[in-house]
Amino acid sequence: MNPADESRTAKALAQEIGEICSKTSGPLRFMEVCGTHTMAVHAAGLKSLFPDNLFLVSGPGCPVCVTEKRFIDEAMLIGQQHDACMATFGDLVRVPGSFGSLATFRSEGGTVRVVYSPMDAIDIAAAVSPRPVVFLGVGFETTIPTIAATLKTALARGTENLFVLPAFKTIHPPLRILAAKEDLHGFLLPGHVSAIIGSDSYEYLVRDFRKPGAVAGFEALDILLALRDLVRMAVDKSPAIINDYKRVVRSEGNPVARAVVDEVFEVSDASWRGLGLIPGSGLALKGPYARFDAAKSFPVEVPEAKDDPRCLCAAILTGAKTPDRCGLFGKECTPEDPVGPCMVSSEGTCAAYYKYGAA
Amino acid sequence: MARKPDTRILLGHGGGGRMTGRLIREMILPKLDRGQLGALPDSVVLSGLGAAIAYTTDSFVVSPIFFPGGDIGSLAVHGTCNDLACSAARPLFLSLGLILEEGFPMDQLETILRSISRAADEAGVEIVTGDTKVVPKGSADGIFINTSGIGQINGSVRPSPEKIAETDLILVSGPVGNHGMAVMLSRAEFSFDFDLKSDSASVWPVVERLMELGDGLRFLRDPTRGGLAATLNEIAHMTGKEIRVDEAAIPLDESVSSASEILGIDPLQAANEGKIIAVIASDKGQEALDLLKECPIARGASIIGEITSTNLSRVVMTTRIGGSRVVSEPSGELLPRIC
Repeated sequence: MNPADESRTAKALAQEIGEICSKTSGPLRFMEVCGTHTMAVHAAGLKSLFPDNLFLVSGPGCPVCVTEKRFIDEAMLIGQQHDACMATFGDLVRVPGSFGSLATFRSEGGTVRVVYSPMDAIDIAAAVSPRPVVFLGVGFETTIPTIAATLKTALARGTENLFVLPAFKTIHPPLRILAAKEDLHGFLLPGHVSAIIGSDSYEYLVRDFRKPGAVAGFEALDILLALRDLVRMAVDKSPAIINDYKRVVRSEGNPVARAVVDEVFEVSDASWRGLGLIPGSGLALKGPYARFDAAKSFPVEVPEAKDDPRCLCAAILTGAKTPDRCGLFGKECTPEDPVGPCMVSSEGTCAAYYKYGAA
Repeated sequence: MARKPDTRILLGHGGGGRMTGRLIREMILPKLDRGQLGALPDSVVLSGLGAAIAYTTDSFVVSPIFFPGGDIGSLAVHGTCNDLACSAARPLFLSLGLILEEGFPMDQLETILRSISRAADEAGVEIVTGDTKVVPKGSADGIFINTSGIGQINGSVRPSPEKIAETDLILVSGPVGNHGMAVMLSRAEFSFDFDLKSDSASVWPVVERLMELGDGLRFLRDPTRGGLAATLNEIAHMTGKEIRVDEAAIPLDESVSSASEILGIDPLQAANEGKIIAVIASDKGQEALDLLKECPIARGASIIGEITSTNLSRVVMTTRIGGSRVVSEPSGELLPRIC
């Protein structure tokens, strides 16, 4: 679409959203579950087009933001005590642990390799063998299948020095908790995650909580279209799950990807930064894949990690507060010196507010 | 409350964004600035030497050393020539400092030297002095190059930040982000196959044409590390004004745009090595574009925004869909995202 058409369509959608919102006097609050949506909303300057009573709050869908400090501490201790080469997606490099980040670890002589695909970790393992390579397993349904496929390949090839430190999470359990919150009127559902789990998997939002959901792509117009559907369903009190990202997401998702995940992982409990322990919201390595678990292969004593009590990341991850309400925001907490992961993750809410500001 | 002091150098200190700025302002300048260094020009115009002489230096530590569209050798020539060009100085002489790691393949060195020679001939500069050091294996990453350059300023055009005024226009000489993205994608970690080349080139031909605008040419800078975003923020801070840019007017190659989407890296923050940002008088926009029409390395030149009357030292973008948002200064090193 050319820029003029795009702008015209956006204005028309924004106007429609405004008209629907004007039918209700109270605030309408929708949660963008996914961090990539958070960034896209800010990058496109969408908030400047919203009516005054429409609010988008950020949810727990940034894998880096919901990873506990303890995970970074454990990774660094494994790296230090077992001379392991850490392989990670770039987002984690600057996330602060209790005694620095992986960037500090690297500046002190540790090895940190940034990869785009987990498959690259197999090549790194071959190159540095027999030195252990620990892939930092952070992610949701979007990234987990490729990690599962990587481990299948590593098992088939007999790669012995590759490990994964697991902190995988699945989206439905926290979404159920958030859906019970009365001040949230619906959910902008994650495009990439939904491509795996399918739009049908959210039916419980309507059945159990009477909340609407719209699966959205990541272009500005995708988001505006999904928001138009959300405000209409919320105002008409006719909740449903609408798939506004049909070019990528099918109602049944991607069964092949889910099968590979089921082969390698089993459901476990997981601890979420800001939300605490959520039963059944994590994944653990099972069967022959259990030997890839870095936490079991390289046990380290991880001291109790304390978050700065002034850091509001937890409230921000649940949509209870916006970053500008945090006293640390932009002062003591900046992308170069982050206090919490929400400021440093490329999908973090605080990072989005800091980077794109309010213009 | 005070910021925690940095206790070690991190890669982010070399990223060209906020951390680099802090290192220069808080650590280097207080000790070394005796009057001319503090303005941090791309190159300094030396006084007291008769004809106007510009002088600059730059070091190159790019990884990988060979990338689509160039290598560390051509980059070392272009980078220094472009710093001179931004002071409206025709690049004339270069020094060449080579720091080689023990074990570095001789055939790669030969390729790099040929590339330096070719780039220097194309840019019209002569390598007139140099130095070679070899360091033990592990002390460097193959090869580092330092080049210093001397250029001559002819005529009366002297772009400088003091000349920037309200309603002036911002011109970019072509699509942005190509160098940064090409280097990032050619790193071994990323197995993508994009048709994407670095824009590494000497920008003097562009500057020479823009100088025909006379006083209408207010300021020049090459948006290298930190990309367009860093340079625009620098101009906003220098003038104390708001800069408003139009997203739809910012030229971007399709391949850069796709790569940035996949890696999650803002192309406005990715480095350029053959582009110029020029601030020009409000009535000179079309004339500037006409001057650049026949200049091959200014393919896709565009007026992307203007200096406004607001005193806010920030850069605001009107997005493609008509929204507004801030274009922030990059911070730390650019890292690809998780999903």
